[in-house]
Amino acid sequence: MKKLSYDIVVVGGGPAGMAAALEARKAGVEKILICERGGKLGGILEQCIHNGFGLQYFKEELTGPEYATRFSDQVEASDIDVKVNTMVMDIQEDKKVIAVNPEDGLFEVETKAVILAMGCRERTRESITIPGDRPSGVMCAGTAQRYVNINGYLPGKEIVILGSGDIGLIMARRMTLEGANVKGVLELMPYSTGLVRNKVQCLDDFGIPLYLSHTVTKIHGKNRVEGVSIAEVGPDRNPIPETEVFIPCDTLLLSVGLIPENELSKKVGVDLDRVTRGAVVDEKRRTNKDWIFACGNVLHVHDLVDNVTEESELAGRAAAGYIFGTYAPRKNPITVKPGNNIGYVVPQSIRYHDESQKVIRLYMRVRNPQENVTMEIKDDKGEVLAKFKKDIVEPGSMVNLALPTMKLTEDMKEITVSVAE
Amino acid sequence: MAKTNIICIRCPKGCHITVTHDDDRNIQSIEGFSCPRGEEYAKTEFTNPVRVFTSTVRVKGGDLDLLPVKTNGSIPKPMMMDAARESCRIEIEAPVKIGDVIQSNFCGTGIDLVAARNIKAI
Repeated sequence: MKKLSYDIVVVGGGPAGMAAALEARKAGVEKILICERGGKLGGILEQCIHNGFGLQYFKEELTGPEYATRFSDQVEASDIDVKVNTMVMDIQEDKKVIAVNPEDGLFEVETKAVILAMGCRERTRESITIPGDRPSGVMCAGTAQRYVNINGYLPGKEIVILGSGDIGLIMARRMTLEGANVKGVLELMPYSTGLVRNKVQCLDDFGIPLYLSHTVTKIHGKNRVEGVSIAEVGPDRNPIPETEVFIPCDTLLLSVGLIPENELSKKVGVDLDRVTRGAVVDEKRRTNKDWIFACGNVLHVHDLVDNVTEESELAGRAAAGYIFGTYAPRKNPITVKPGNNIGYVVPQSIRYHDESQKVIRLYMRVRNPQENVTMEIKDDKGEVLAKFKKDIVEPGSMVNLALPTMKLTEDMKEITVSVAE
Repeated sequence: MAKTNIICIRCPKGCHITVTHDDDRNIQSIEGFSCPRGEEYAKTEFTNPVRVFTSTVRVKGGDLDLLPVKTNGSIPKPMMMDAARESCRIEIEAPVKIGDVIQSNFCGTGIDLVAARNIKAI
């Protein structure tokens, strides 16, 4: 077996992996390897040909491939090594990464640190259990997006979409522009879970109806989808039988959530958060294994790639800091807890002193939409450390709050983030 | 007097704005916005709604079969389907560099259709 040696191995060459590798390189780490499963750098951005990326990070509106190119050009111009078509099979306790590709076969990389940037995958029909046969024509929206935008196949002509997440909305417009008839988007919740701008530009612009509090109750068809039964759901989110109607269609696209791909992380013993399904990390995006870092959608599912880039740069700098022994740990690690109406907060703890970091950004999702609220960060004695007014908070839009590090004391053990009651 | 409802997309709040206008679409009043950006959005969206168009075109001899493209400026919203039909007819030869003009004065809009990524020739 071929044996290689690097300072950092980055697993995944999407926006997270590229930003983390570039930032670690800037911080002085010399030998960096990116392992990418696909044939090219760029990750999911490759197939996200719509625009709207980079408004925060670059202050301009880019398409997915353009956003990815800004980083892949830099990686290609650098001395960071990239192996594409490369699948990481195992990350071992003894800091060895086992991977495989057609050129090197199975190979082993000895490393000092690992950055997890594997992204996420789509929830499937099986994870939401829709009754009916198993005809062709049922697929995840992101899979359809790849067929249309990369391979040039149209997956169907009469389309129903389940789930109003951003990928579902984007695909409603994309299928329409490619000549398909999108009959409607169904959403189980009483509110749209995607960004407002996507609802307006992808559905309203094309007169595609959005059915809130609706779901698919049955898939019809033996070899190919012939239609779906849909029904309204009650407050308990169970279908109301008397509202059930049949909609003829040949394709059902599912946009019903994303799951961080953490099989490698679990195997090496990285602790995962029950809510995010990503690693439990500190403010440096360091996991319970001090040499393993995580960033991007493998850590928690983001709405905006701009946030992924910022988080991954942080992880890249932190991995460099770990190799060079830069950061001094605090006397007590501070646990960050989600309070009232907060689903989760990343990072889950604060562990280090870092003079260069004036604020620590806490990323979170609320459980329920609310308007005109105050969000608070409190210490273990109930003292308010920081307060933020928000016109609107909703589960579909990640909130980030800047906690000034000067507010943290040596004795603190816990802080809580909540929407004030 | 008629009313048109517009949902603002300048921020996640999504204000429901009502534009009141006469039969010749002269604006009488704009209500329901909560910031100046919302008022400006409603005005543009009512008088001349525009969008950036993105799609793909076929590529010959490249390391990918499809090239993602975009209009390098906004085009009138009612032209989106025309733009989609036109982009289906285009086939180009690799290599392509990001920003290359694929079709100038796309659909007579005065705006160019440009490449949104690099494609190598194989």
